[in-house]
Amino acid sequence: MRTSPSETASGVAVARRPIQWDVPLAVAAGGAIGSLARYGLAVALPTTPGGFPWATLLANVLGCLLIGALMAALTEAGRPHRLLRPFVGIGVLGGFTTLSTYVIEVIDAGAAGAPGVAVLYGLGTVVTALLAVVAGLVLTRAALRPRIRRTEPS
Amino acid sequence: MTALLVAAGGALGATLRYLIDQWVQRRSSGGFPYGTLTVNVLGSALLGLLAGLTLDGAGGDAVRSLVGIGLCGSLTTYSTFGYETVRLVTDGARRHAVANVVGTLLAGFAAAGVGLLLATAF
Repeated sequence: MRTSPSETASGVAVARRPIQWDVPLAVAAGGAIGSLARYGLAVALPTTPGGFPWATLLANVLGCLLIGALMAALTEAGRPHRLLRPFVGIGVLGGFTTLSTYVIEVIDAGAAGAPGVAVLYGLGTVVTALLAVVAGLVLTRAALRPRIRRTEPS
Repeated sequence: MTALLVAAGGALGATLRYLIDQWVQRRSSGGFPYGTLTVNVLGSALLGLLAGLTLDGAGGDAVRSLVGIGLCGSLTTYSTFGYETVRLVTDGARRHAVANVVGTLLAGFAAAGVGLLLATAF
């Protein structure tokens, strides 16, 4: 581990563990990128009052597909870069997907007199998002496993 | 300008999500994703509050971009919630998986409702 010695009053150098800023910075940078992408989708596919919120559904399902793919790839890869998961997983995909907007959109649809949209969107997001995680995991594993087996016969 | 505010709020939201998740997970045991649940509930309450406050004009738009789309959007996450739920199923903790889905949705909607109600008090 990286440690930096610092002088104490007695003049004895003690090892002090430095705060590692690179992980939160990677998360912040990824969060900015993911949020911008989500905002871009919302501008491209605006939701009318009582209409179906396609932009958030798309962001959440796509983000879930990609987190499944990322986690499978990180598991299959021997030694992934230590900032890859904080940047892409926690930052970009965490910032791209959102629960708060989804919750408010379900409430808004109900309040706008479209209970069908509220229920369909509310339940549809959960089901498709969870299926997307599984699809990302399974497809990525299937794509990477044969190659690993060929290069590293056990 | 709007894009800049969204990006700034998004960076702050993701960093807060990371720090709060670390803080909560260090204090909890049993493998249940309390950290993600916490940020999702906090972000939903804050967005409910913001949605309840009728903000007019350019200042309102700026706050909505920075806090609503950026901060709350990024503080909360569907991808980590989804991944952790699937992980609970594959780890054989199906009851925890169901509890995570039901708990996150109930607490998220309740939190947004509380935020909306609080806004009417202002």
